[in-house]
Amino acid sequence: MKRFLPRVLMTPAILTLFLWMIVPLVMSIYFSTIRFNLMQPDQSGFIGWENFEYFVTDPSFWPAVMNTVLLLGSVIVITVVLGAALALLIDEPFPGRGLVRVLLISPFFVMPTVNALLWKHMMMNPIYGVLAQVWIFFGATPINWLEDLPLLSVIIMVSWQWLPFAALIFITSLQSMNREQIEASRMDGANYIQQLRYLYIPHLARSVAVVVMIELIFLLSIFAEIYTTTGGGPGDASTNVAFLIFKQALLNFDAGVASAGALFAVVLANIAAIFLMRMVGKSLDK
Amino acid sequence: MSFLQLNNIEKFFGEHRAIKGVNLNIEPGEFIVFVGPSGCGKSTLLRLIAGLENIDGGDLTLDGRNITHLPSSKRDLAMVFQSYALYPHMSVYENMSFALKLDKEPEAVIKEKVERAANILNLTPYLQRTPKELSGGQRQRVAIGRAIVRAPKVFLFDEPLSNLDAALRGQTRVEIAKLHRELGATTIYVTHDQVEAMTLADRVVVLRDGQIEQVGTPLELYDRPANQFVAQFIGTPQMNVSSLQNLPAVVADQAPIDAKGGSLGLRPEDVSVHAGDSTGIQGRVELVEALGAETLIYVHTSEGAQLVSRQNERTTLHSGDTVGLSLDLKHAHWFDAQGRVVTQA
Amino acid sequence: MSRVSTFSAVLLVRTVLAWGVTLLLFFPLFWLLLTAFKTELQAISVPPLLIFAPTLENFSEVQERSDYLLYAKNSVITSVLSTVLGLMLAAPAAYSMAFFKSKHTKDILMWMLSTKMMPAVGALVPIYVLAQKAHLLDTQLALIIVFTLSNLPIMVWMLYSHFKDIPHEILEAARMDGATLWQEFRMVLLPLGMGGLASTGLLCLVLSWNEAFWSLNLTAAKGGTLATLIASYSSPEGLFWAKLSAASLLAIAPIVVFGWFSQKQLVQGLTFGAVK
Repeated sequence: MKRFLPRVLMTPAILTLFLWMIVPLVMSIYFSTIRFNLMQPDQSGFIGWENFEYFVTDPSFWPAVMNTVLLLGSVIVITVVLGAALALLIDEPFPGRGLVRVLLISPFFVMPTVNALLWKHMMMNPIYGVLAQVWIFFGATPINWLEDLPLLSVIIMVSWQWLPFAALIFITSLQSMNREQIEASRMDGANYIQQLRYLYIPHLARSVAVVVMIELIFLLSIFAEIYTTTGGGPGDASTNVAFLIFKQALLNFDAGVASAGALFAVVLANIAAIFLMRMVGKSLDK
Repeated sequence: MSFLQLNNIEKFFGEHRAIKGVNLNIEPGEFIVFVGPSGCGKSTLLRLIAGLENIDGGDLTLDGRNITHLPSSKRDLAMVFQSYALYPHMSVYENMSFALKLDKEPEAVIKEKVERAANILNLTPYLQRTPKELSGGQRQRVAIGRAIVRAPKVFLFDEPLSNLDAALRGQTRVEIAKLHRELGATTIYVTHDQVEAMTLADRVVVLRDGQIEQVGTPLELYDRPANQFVAQFIGTPQMNVSSLQNLPAVVADQAPIDAKGGSLGLRPEDVSVHAGDSTGIQGRVELVEALGAETLIYVHTSEGAQLVSRQNERTTLHSGDTVGLSLDLKHAHWFDAQGRVVTQA
Repeated sequence: MSRVSTFSAVLLVRTVLAWGVTLLLFFPLFWLLLTAFKTELQAISVPPLLIFAPTLENFSEVQERSDYLLYAKNSVITSVLSTVLGLMLAAPAAYSMAFFKSKHTKDILMWMLSTKMMPAVGALVPIYVLAQKAHLLDTQLALIIVFTLSNLPIMVWMLYSHFKDIPHEILEAARMDGATLWQEFRMVLLPLGMGGLASTGLLCLVLSWNEAFWSLNLTAAKGGTLATLIASYSSPEGLFWAKLSAASLLAIAPIVVFGWFSQKQLVQGLTFGAVK
């Protein structure tokens, strides 16, 4: 009875998760090796590596990979650097700090599609958008963000949404910092820059790693923003790997190629995951 | 057949043998204290009796009933936890009545029992408060009250005073002693503090490494320790135990034959210090602790022994002074090389 | 003394900077809020209007569009049901791992974490095909299942760490007081764990409500959530900004407010406890 009960309690969750993991994986592997078009589901034959070849030799493939890397890299750098700066800024009390924290966290909870359209129409519209009006105010010609700088526009939208997340993580991490070591360093004669370098940044290093890992995993699938604003374009200027897979699957209806692409994305994600798991595993041991 | 009997109790944690064949007979109404250093197994033993851990070998009998494999809820025991373990979402009244409610006792009976216990423990004004609103001492009394209302066969206390500050600890110790006198219940009390053991116990069980070193009344353990470990565990400051090599021949020669190569144990009150005395053992004062009611003098002898002397009078000695020591060998405890006590033939 | 004035100067700079950055970052949402109460003409006015007479006409127009209510209903149903289902699956597992710890507990937790690591796009094709075959495309049920499974690892983790924080001695005390396992669960664990259940549920609600990837791919006109509805405003005809703002405001307001209250849970949940 002692062994039985815990197992029974855990089974539903473990079983369903297992299926959730295994079934899509196996199916993806299977689909990636056959000819499978959603519009012509009867045409199926084993074609080995052909889907992978097709995916990789698609003229949009390398641009998509480049865009994915650029997108990921930029958002991560922006959110981490600005997030850390923000966290350090509001680490000490000041009037209205509580309200500031509440306002700061808000963008993260906005639905991605709302986020996308908010920027597309209200901020970035070259005639009526707020940014355009600001540009005009300073006497410059407004930028047509989504047409001329599609990837940058997406980067801005996503960074705006994820900056609060990074900031919140860093704020939490800073709060767990031992205040006494700051005081000790002050008595040792350290100025703020030195405190930053020797105390704050090493302490934040761990949460930076966590933020980077989490963002890597979630941002690989950035989709809603691209779908709603640029549709991957113009051309494939703002297509990332996720959108490319989507295009293949639901616009070209080629599930085989899409599956090949999906496996590619999974491998990418797993590399990041391994590092994150090691971090989390260590914290579990405590 | 005694009231609570432990027969060859064994407990393994994985490969590690934590309790090694413990035998103990406890009479009804006795206040038994389990005492010993950290890791000796005293809390484990208590938890085995409580049923919070499984007994791997031997058996446990309570009032004639074999309770070795019974779940805790059926053993008719009550436990006071070190951290009090009060239910944070219940009031003091609900905390104390929980067990009785589970037992489906009528509301009126519960009320009477809880109020009586609250009265004894001075908790009546706090019955509607939650644990959050209570001080440490009050919470501890609620934990005790929770146990009292059940009128169990045996009370189990797991280091109940360790979370209290020193003043409160002394006070509560006295209250627990009074409580035992009033209720007369069989009690097993675990502590690492030998002062608690000495003052509260009818009998003390000294444990080390999962085994019983000695069982006896507090004064039996003080006057006639069975080995060096018990001798040095009981009594503050620790008994002076010096290897015979570090003592002058005039002393070492008085040791019984079996104690050769062993050591001499003397309580601090059996070592006296005389300023400017050149007869007897010579030594230099290292430290003087003036505690008011008594004075402790730490001496380093010329042969290399470290001794503590206890006296009731104040002293004018300072560290660095040369002194002479005299040892009252009538109260000597001789130990052989393995630490076992050797009686003078 | 100069020390005092230095501190005030630093405090002033900090306050100004912090508020400045905050207002800047919050501005788009503020603008959304304002625009929802403008007329369409006011919404596209050049230069942008800050002072105007507010109107509620957009909200009533949004309410009248029957599909708004439908999408809203779908959002509510899918988030709530997936949260409830998730809690029902996660709570027993978390309870078991917290109180009946075995040598596999850590491995299982790590494995659950790893299932979350797969990017959603990796499962897009198989799930789409499965949904298609089961005639579950464009249904609430499909979303409920997907949301539940996506959030399950996070829920198990969060509940596990909440349960672990309950001192096991309190449960032992209940056992000594004579409680059976069920009584222990109902009368002690549940009240104490309620906070953890609530905050985990809240987080799951937020994550499901905002979920856009699966909503956009698996649903359309019938099973679509608010995320889908908003996306359809991508390039409509005519003037629509004010209405879009009103619809968006309605869609995001409850969640943003929930988010304010669940900040801590968010950190715990999304980082799987790696940041304390």
